Amino acid sequence: MKIKIYHIIKILKFGWKNIYLHKLRSSLTILGIVFGVASVIAMLSIGEGASYEAREKIKQLGSNNIIIRSFNPPSPVKTSQTTSFIGIYGLKFEDFQQIKTIPSIEEIVPTWECREDIWSEKGKTTGRIVATYPSFLNVMNLEIEEGRFFTEIELKNSKNVAVIGYSIKKSLFPLGKVVGKRIKIRNYYFKVIGVVKEKAVSLTGTTFESEDINFDVYIPFTTGRIYFGRYEISNKRGPFWRWERNFVEYHRFIVKVSDTSKILTVASYIEKILSRNHRNKDYEILIPLQLLQQAEHTKRIFNIVLGSIAAISLIVGGIGIMNIMLATVTERTREIGIRRAVGAKRRDIINQFVAESVILSSIGGFIGILLGIVIPHIVSKFSGMTTIITFWSIFLSFTISVAVGITFGIYPAKKAANLDPIEALRYE
Amino acid sequence: MNKVIIDLQNIRKIYKLGMVEVEVLKGIDLQIKEGEHISIMGPSGSGKTTLLNIIGCLDKPTSGKYLLKNEKVSEFDDDKLSEIRSKYIGFIFQQFNLIPQLNVIENISLPLYYQGADEKEMREKAIHLAELVGLADRIYHRPSELSGGQQQRVAIARALANDPLIILADEPTGNLDTKTGREIMNLLCKLNEQGKTLLVITHDINIANYSKKIIKLLDGRIVNEN
Ligand SMILES: Nc1ncnc2c1ncn2[C@@H]1O[C@H](COP(=O)(O)OP(=O)(O)O)[C@@H](O)[C@H]1O
Ligand SMILES: [Mg+2]
Repeated sequence: MKIKIYHIIKILKFGWKNIYLHKLRSSLTILGIVFGVASVIAMLSIGEGASYEAREKIKQLGSNNIIIRSFNPPSPVKTSQTTSFIGIYGLKFEDFQQIKTIPSIEEIVPTWECREDIWSEKGKTTGRIVATYPSFLNVMNLEIEEGRFFTEIELKNSKNVAVIGYSIKKSLFPLGKVVGKRIKIRNYYFKVIGVVKEKAVSLTGTTFESEDINFDVYIPFTTGRIYFGRYEISNKRGPFWRWERNFVEYHRFIVKVSDTSKILTVASYIEKILSRNHRNKDYEILIPLQLLQQAEHTKRIFNIVLGSIAAISLIVGGIGIMNIMLATVTERTREIGIRRAVGAKRRDIINQFVAESVILSSIGGFIGILLGIVIPHIVSKFSGMTTIITFWSIFLSFTISVAVGITFGIYPAKKAANLDPIEALRYE
Repeated sequence: MNKVIIDLQNIRKIYKLGMVEVEVLKGIDLQIKEGEHISIMGPSGSGKTTLLNIIGCLDKPTSGKYLLKNEKVSEFDDDKLSEIRSKYIGFIFQQFNLIPQLNVIENISLPLYYQGADEKEMREKAIHLAELVGLADRIYHRPSELSGGQQQRVAIARALANDPLIILADEPTGNLDTKTGREIMNLLCKLNEQGKTLLVITHDINIANYSKKIIKLLDGRIVNEN
């Protein structure tokens, strides 16, 4: 039998007529599909958005990097009710020198950090001072919005220069030029020589690197030593107010590995060196690449779970359609007999009823897509979560809804086609 | 004389109702020539409708041989029977049997749809047939908006849509008053004069007398032929 496009259009037109005749019933029938498709698209877009945030965050850490961080471990001495405490923890010069010798390390950039109030003529904000080396810029993939990063010469001469994060600029110098202006940290003045471009920040608080790097101020390492020394001072409000002073040589080493495939090997060498040098575990090693892989893995599991839920809801929707189609077949038994009497073949009857159920499920799919696009927007608006609607998820869910229409339409259609024409004509 | 187009040889039809077998047709032999007008009479339950359905290829005999235009249709499968109906047969029923959600033209053009005709052809032919049966001003009406006589006219127009050789009418006037019934019969006779072979089942001798030949059926057998 020839199947002409024109013929298909005619079948669809006939189908539409019957569906239109029962508007209320048809709309109730497609609700299952509508919600099924909408939830597929919405859930996938939320999942995609979350994993995008995670990936971006990890990329900021540099996928070829290993980050070693000093970490102040809770010690028994501190938990006692002392009101003041002097301690020592973290990465040491010895570590730096040993790690530097590991092969395949392209660069190792140390930092020393502290939280400080930062003043301009107009106001004040709080940020993180990061004393580091010029190569920090490249290793961390920072981009300069205006001005420049500090140089080796400025480092050597311990210049009072600072490169500020985007948010610092926004709160201290909302309008006008920044480069050349002065900021004050503790009682020292620094000249702003550059501003770093805004970086995406995850609001969903991924566990790694909870700092908002848009609030960073970068200064030459040597300058930091001169003004801030090696002591980290903090006041803690626990059950007892406590003044704490810790000697910290370095807060972070950012290690850039020349080849992605060497990252794990290098990390294990680092772990070996550090565990030898430190009796307490007062450091932690972060491998962004590994986090990235974990994030991908989590996303895959997430998608499978969401996919199954969505598949179930689409099947339920399909059963709804089948139910109605079965009722329709019974209701229209006589019509089927008439059509057979005037020359319709079994095939024609099957086509007609499958067409009707496909039309139902496609309309459901289409409305579901619209709803599935709207929901993530609303979610984004109210929760601040990133949502990403992929073409792929739309395509997939629409295809599935059409397939559901065909699958669940075939049984009722076959039932209709297999009716004996005589019986069908006698049906009251 | 015209050639035989319907040739029934020892046709039997048995219905099984659970354990019970009911023999509805008990060996029918019947030849019908092209262009004939025949009435079939007989008491209720004598097998008239069953016979007509077999002639119209809507039902298959349990045994016996049926030649339609020399084709052995008693051995055809479902698809081929559908093709035969689509090509040669026009059915008219007592209950009109129009499709309620379709309007007059759509009902009339239904047989053409299953022949794969295109929309323009279907429409033109349907309008032409609606004029022929006197319903030119009702083409967009639904069956429920028409009188019984008008509905039967639509059914006749539909039966004509595929240019059939044979028109089979099962008590076409059974649901109509005498006057309307007469109009319907006049219309059918006119078609017969134009060459259509016409078989009419009826209880009404006045209706049967429109034809030259009446077949009487009694308990599954033809009892007389004149
Ligand atoms: N599909 C069927 N199944 C079982 N019995 C049937 C069926 N169709 C008709 N019959 C029986 O066959 C007999 C003849 O029916 P029918 O041909 O409709 O008679 P008529 O049209 O002469 O009144 C009746 O007794 C009827 O009950
Ligand atoms: Mg009957």
